[in-house]
Amino acid sequence: MRDLSLHILDLAENSVRAGAKLITIGVSADENKLITLTIADDGCGMSSELLERVMSPFGTTRTTRKVGLGIPLMAQNARLTGGDIAIRSKEGEGTVFTATLHGDSIDCLPLGDLAGTVTSLVAVHPDGPDFRLELSSPKGETHFDSREVREALSGVPLNEPEVVAWMLESIREEMEPIFGGVIQ
Amino acid sequence: MKSLAELEAIRKRTLERINLRREDESENIRVVVGMATCGIAAGARPVMMEFMNEINKRSLKEVTVSQTGCIGMCRLEPMVDVYMPGKEKVTYVHMTPEKARRVVAEHIVNGRPVTEYTIGATEDK
Repeated sequence: MRDLSLHILDLAENSVRAGAKLITIGVSADENKLITLTIADDGCGMSSELLERVMSPFGTTRTTRKVGLGIPLMAQNARLTGGDIAIRSKEGEGTVFTATLHGDSIDCLPLGDLAGTVTSLVAVHPDGPDFRLELSSPKGETHFDSREVREALSGVPLNEPEVVAWMLESIREEMEPIFGGVIQ
Repeated sequence: MKSLAELEAIRKRTLERINLRREDESENIRVVVGMATCGIAAGARPVMMEFMNEINKRSLKEVTVSQTGCIGMCRLEPMVDVYMPGKEKVTYVHMTPEKARRVVAEHIVNGRPVTEYTIGATEDK
C-alpha cells in the first residue's frame, strides 16, 4: 500500500462485509505528529478466536483463499514507525480498529487521497452502509457524514456522478485547513 | 462541508436526468472494478475515480460503476470488467486512469473495445 488512505479503503471494506450500517473513519494528528486512525463499525463483530486469526497474514474469513493481508500490512506499516494497531470487537455489536503511527518517522506513509477513499466507499455502496469521516489536528476539526448527504438528496442515489464529484470536492476543501502541512 | 444547499440544485437536476433514463436497468452498461486488497494496492481507486469522473464529464446516463473483490489474478490488477448489453464481457488488466479515459471514449461511448488493454492481449504476450 502506497499511503494510509488506501489502507483505510481496504479496512473499511471489512466493515462493509460485516454488515455494518454506519462506519466511522477517524483520522487525527496531535501536536507531536502522532497519527491515530480509527475505523469503527456496528457490524457483526468477531469472536476472540476469529480476532486472533485476522491478525495473521495466514488467516482470513474467505473460503477460496488462505491469506488475508489487509490487517497484517497495516500492522507492519504502523510498527515500522514505532506505532501499533489494536482491535476491539464484540460479537453482535461491532468492531473498532485503531492504528497509531508516528508521523515524524521516515517510515510513516503519507496520508494520501483520503477524500478519494471516502468518496469511493460511498459511491460503490450507494444503498448503505453510511460513512462518517472525522478529522482533527491542532489546526481544527471537521467531519463529513453521508447520512446528511443522503437526507439532503432525498431519493437521489449517492452514486450519481454529479453527487460523487460534489462529495470529492467537498471533503477535499474541508481537509485542507486541517491537514495542510501537518501530515503529508 | 460545502453547502448542503448546493445539493438541492444537484438533486433537482439529477431527478430530471433519472426520469429520462431507460426503465429497464438491464440495458445499462456496467463498469466493475476489482477493489480487494490486491486491486487497491495496485492502484484501483484512482482508476475507479477516473471512470466516475469521465462518465460525469460526458454526462453518460446509462453507465454504472461498481466494485468486486479478488478473483485470483492479483498479478493483473487493477482489473476492470465492462458489461455492454447483449455483448460479451470485456476484461481490462493493468489499468491506469489514462487507460480508463480511453476505455470510456472508445469502448463505452463508441462501442469498440480497446483490444490492447484486454486480458487476452496481455496473457498472449
